[in-house]
Amino acid sequence: MISKEEVIHIAKLARLELTDEDIVNMQKDMSAILDYFEILKKAKTSNSKDQILQLENVLREDEVLLKRSSLAGDLVKLAPERKEEHIKVKQIL
Amino acid sequence: MQLLDLTIRQIHEGLKSKKFTSQEITKAYIEQIKKNDGIIGAYLSLTEDLALEQAKKADIEIEKNNEFPLLTGVPFAVKDAILVEGKIATAGSKILENYVSPYDATVIEKLKREGAVILGKTNLDEFAMGASTENSAFKITKNPHDTSRVAGGSSGGSAASVASNEAVFSLGSDTGGSIRLPASFCGVVGLNPTYGAVSRYGLIALASSLDQIGPFAKNVEDCKIVFKVISGKDKKDATNQNYNFEDSNLKLNGLKIGIPKEYFQEGIDKNVEKVVKDAIKKAEDAGAKITEISLPNSQYAIACYYIIVPSEASANLARYDGIKYGFSEKSAKDLLEVYLKSRGKGLGREPQRRIMLGTYALSSGYYDAYYKKAQEVRELIKKDFVNAFLKVDLIFSPVAPFTAFKVGEKANDPLSMYLVDMYTSAVKLAGLPALSLPAGKADGLPVGLQIIGNYFEESKILSVAEELENLL
Repeated sequence: MISKEEVIHIAKLARLELTDEDIVNMQKDMSAILDYFEILKKAKTSNSKDQILQLENVLREDEVLLKRSSLAGDLVKLAPERKEEHIKVKQIL
Repeated sequence: MQLLDLTIRQIHEGLKSKKFTSQEITKAYIEQIKKNDGIIGAYLSLTEDLALEQAKKADIEIEKNNEFPLLTGVPFAVKDAILVEGKIATAGSKILENYVSPYDATVIEKLKREGAVILGKTNLDEFAMGASTENSAFKITKNPHDTSRVAGGSSGGSAASVASNEAVFSLGSDTGGSIRLPASFCGVVGLNPTYGAVSRYGLIALASSLDQIGPFAKNVEDCKIVFKVISGKDKKDATNQNYNFEDSNLKLNGLKIGIPKEYFQEGIDKNVEKVVKDAIKKAEDAGAKITEISLPNSQYAIACYYIIVPSEASANLARYDGIKYGFSEKSAKDLLEVYLKSRGKGLGREPQRRIMLGTYALSSGYYDAYYKKAQEVRELIKKDFVNAFLKVDLIFSPVAPFTAFKVGEKANDPLSMYLVDMYTSAVKLAGLPALSLPAGKADGLPVGLQIIGNYFEESKILSVAEELENLL
């Protein structure tokens, strides 16, 4: 069973504000799901590195692609807070 | 002639011989949606102006040319996680309620180039997280065969739109079963392509090592026509492979079909099992050789899947921060509060649950026990399939252990909802293609047969499915 404190800590790491009721539900749901994950202990995996998915890097040229000139403006327009053509954020320091 | 019953090829022939126009057929679909969708709830938004404009353009093309692409003038629906320039794309989430797509997804660009007509955006579980569309922040899509039941998910709206004649075909996305499951529940054909066969550029990401876009259609041929158009190399998706679809004339006669014994054990509904076994018998009668195979590690698929998906989702969903786009909580006092409150209020329960699980699985001290272990198990699951395909051409199994369940039946029990994917998630973890073919009905509800192929062998799946479709 995952503790309430752990749930609160993980929510903080995940940048989620949870209500007290959310925390209780989350504790219950996560515990049931994490218990279910125990089944993986039965799986006969060897610990060697070469077993993990053989992924390869895909590289491409860093080239300038032509896009319509209005695209940049459209992207900025999606921001909830703006000042002229800039995205506005709260003060950090 | 009933316009709404026509397949892509029939529409193409009709347009060619001037029996009707694209504008007529598009209007017939819009009318059907307006009349019918209040009950079904397949669509989140209609793109009526765009559809009529595209249909008009298609009619001009058809008037000018004797030969035109098969999809010219054909109306279709798009899962609301796929971007259509200038149109809202919510991904079924409040956090993207007012998000206007700044560009077209590659699949949309390709379909536009063919002259296909976009009717609207379809409902889904929030960020494609779910198996019933009940996790949508906006509405529940009902099953057209019984509106007290779910359409399946996460691409439930796309499946229901085709099943209720509200689109000729549609696009969905499959991460763990999100195309095959609703296709099975709604009685339509749905194809989950090989990982890397179709570009995901412009698909709102859930779990990037699994997400694939694929078609829903009324029959196998339509599914193939759409897949041919949307597949192929795209520089904008680095996981996308150079893949040229070539028709196969593989027949059931002499075909080696593997039946995984683990997919017919406890948990499967007897009547569903009977429909699937009857379909396998028909294949055998047509000359196929049926072999029992074993996929022993599939029993770990759900656990493996629900570690990998939340882990990737927790990273992918970090972009919803209340700053760049989407919902932002106005009462926040500082930057941290913008993140916390926007994500706390804007994201629904299931995305929050998965972000939490993923963050937990990836956090220091737990990484080896969960994420690393899951990756190792994933490799075992993949090897099972690789070994099986040394002996057989295709694998047949059920898509789901049961038919469409009642609305609300599993909504408050996330684990039981996760278990719905028990026959579909292993295929995804291995990155393989699979199709759901309507195989018959159990207790009046559609049952899908899952036809699994080897990597990039969609042509074999489609060829055999087309033959079997005529026998069922």
